[in-house]
Amino acid sequence: MSTITTEQLAATTLLRFATAGSVDDGKSTLVGRLLHDSKSVLTDQLEAVERASASRGQEAPDLALLTDGLRAEREQGITIDVAYRYFATPRRRFILADTPGHVQYTRNMVTGASTAELTVILVDARNGVVEQTRRHAAIAALLRVPHVVLAVNKMDLVGYEEPVFAATAEEFTAYATELGVPEVTAIPISALAGDNVVEPSANMDWYGGPTVLEHLETVPVSHDLAHCHARLPVQYVIRPRTAEHPDYRGYAGQIAAGTFRVGEEVVVLPSGRTTRISGIDLLGEPVDVAWTAQSVTLLLEDDIDVSRGDLIVPAKDAPATTQDVEATVCHVADQALTVGHRVLLKHGTRTVKAIVKDIPSRLTLDDLSLHPHPGRLAANDIGRVKIRAAEPLPVDSYADSRRTGSFILIDPSDGTTLTAGMVGESFAAPEPVKDAAEDDGWDF
Amino acid sequence: MTTVAKVTQDGEGTSSPYALSHLDALESEAVHIFREVAGEFENPVILFSGGKDSILMLHLALKAFAPAAVPFALLHVDTGHNFPEVLQYRDRTVRQHGLRLHVALVQDYIDRGVLKERPDGTRNPLQTLPLTEKIQAEKFDAVFGGGRRDEEKARAKERVFSLRDEFSQWDPRRQRPELWNLYNGRHAPGEHVRVFPLSNWTELDVWQYIAREGIELPAIYYAHEREVFARNGMWLTPGEWGGPKDGESVEKRLVRYRTVGDMSCTGAVDSDADTIEKVIAEIAASRLTERGATRADDKMSEAAMEDRKREGYF
Repeated sequence: MSTITTEQLAATTLLRFATAGSVDDGKSTLVGRLLHDSKSVLTDQLEAVERASASRGQEAPDLALLTDGLRAEREQGITIDVAYRYFATPRRRFILADTPGHVQYTRNMVTGASTAELTVILVDARNGVVEQTRRHAAIAALLRVPHVVLAVNKMDLVGYEEPVFAATAEEFTAYATELGVPEVTAIPISALAGDNVVEPSANMDWYGGPTVLEHLETVPVSHDLAHCHARLPVQYVIRPRTAEHPDYRGYAGQIAAGTFRVGEEVVVLPSGRTTRISGIDLLGEPVDVAWTAQSVTLLLEDDIDVSRGDLIVPAKDAPATTQDVEATVCHVADQALTVGHRVLLKHGTRTVKAIVKDIPSRLTLDDLSLHPHPGRLAANDIGRVKIRAAEPLPVDSYADSRRTGSFILIDPSDGTTLTAGMVGESFAAPEPVKDAAEDDGWDF
Repeated sequence: MTTVAKVTQDGEGTSSPYALSHLDALESEAVHIFREVAGEFENPVILFSGGKDSILMLHLALKAFAPAAVPFALLHVDTGHNFPEVLQYRDRTVRQHGLRLHVALVQDYIDRGVLKERPDGTRNPLQTLPLTEKIQAEKFDAVFGGGRRDEEKARAKERVFSLRDEFSQWDPRRQRPELWNLYNGRHAPGEHVRVFPLSNWTELDVWQYIAREGIELPAIYYAHEREVFARNGMWLTPGEWGGPKDGESVEKRLVRYRTVGDMSCTGAVDSDADTIEKVIAEIAASRLTERGATRADDKMSEAAMEDRKREGYF
């Protein structure tokens, strides 16, 4: 029986996190274990897994089956798509983006990491840091996921030996730090046996840190908003035009970053008109101050022209507007992105026409080598892109603001989401670039 | 003017004035989704059955656009086997908020011979065609559904903006990746987008939010005495839809409903939870999912929901 009380559940915070690793690393088993041991798996789900496991001749219930939702996945024993999982403990509510390790791994991991505050990267203790681990670390670094957990799995298969864990943890932490990952927490686990996933392991006395779940429950989710640039992309103009509210004109949106206060001087971009906030409605309730990620309605002192797609920012802290955007992108569509490609660019709530002017380089995630002027980016490629937009855009650097420093490119003809973009430099630390001139693995 | 300082216990045990509670975070996300659709689509509609998830959607939409009216109509697919208490609730709500309601009637399709009654009497799978034809006839381009990813394995991979072709079909391999909160609502004429603002809510979140906001629900969600009979391990309500059959005996029990759908396949659970606090305590302690406990249609096969979604179900 669950021991969570109503009172405890009412005031918990929400943590969005992602997992990365291949089937062989035991990722589905880890996720199944988190759901199972935190009592989030309910009896009918477990019975269904037991039936399915038995029908395949497996003796113990295969916890990986809890997370494989589509028929093709169960039949082929793979995970095709990002699956979202939900569980709660008395301390926190969790949204887990469970991303597959091999099929379309870059696209899916980028998708999962885009909304994550934390990423769990799995390695097999027997293999240590491998090529795929470096790819996963690079994606977490590119997407600026604030917290990274390295789960060194299958410790039972290396005799729960501390030096095995220490060597892998050290190698990974050095690599991730070099990429600018701000925080790495390494945890030795056995997902299959349950060591250090939810319960502390009796087999690893030498480890004094938190279990995976303890860490997920205690990692900070709020930021120091005083140092964030305040940004409100306008979604919709609310004009009741009723007898009760004849002149109400409110600008609705979700605060993308920072805080807004009544009385504050703001500027509306891209027009550049300046005014003051005369009121803030927090879903029907007037407030003096509001912050990310609240959905609010701002009322302005002056009757200026504001519409969907505009960005409201503090007058003292406005981003420059530009038609030329340089960004790191992950290409997510099957059709390639090419130089000269005419696209739609969605930034915040504004969608504008744009053209891909140049693709200066493609990045190989395995060794972070750069391939100059590839001409095109295929599905799951990461690269640098120069884009010319039809209208000026108030973009931030992705390093400063994950919400207003990101964009997507859309194919205007069929609406396909082509590319995920992050404005500015790829990595927080200087890129460890190596010359890839001798590489002939890319033909175009 | 008051400042709402929602101080929330953060994970490390310190209180941060800027951390949103999980209900505030989910509410803000849902409101953002409603406003995106209002900004990008011509003719959106909210699927409204009078069940708790659709009631919650309407409540969030009302908050998202206050003090203006909700800029969407409602659409109900009436199986003809709906609970009378729920239909009364639906009509009362429409009047109270001055909304427009479209109804697609499964019974019409059966009367015209377009759809055939199933041997087991359940009409849930029959809703797909009336829904699809209504969407086409009214040219709805965005259709809000109350589906949640925690309900079922196939739903766990559903997008917030889910593209459907002109036959309302869902192809899991052709869904668009959703990055950050940048939703892509582009669609060709004749296609539409199903939008799920409650994607990230769980059953418990829904009930906690209903309690916090003081939202009224149809009375059948709370424990009451009802004549029921057992079928497939569920308590069903007798009615014209085809129950009880021979050998099924009716008895009076104290029950409530966790989900509200077609009477033929929606079961009641034994419960003495007659207040929302008791309902929340009961769900927090429950060891069965709401669909596992109360929906015969999802027990048909391991991939039952995936199959219905592909064909255009909610």
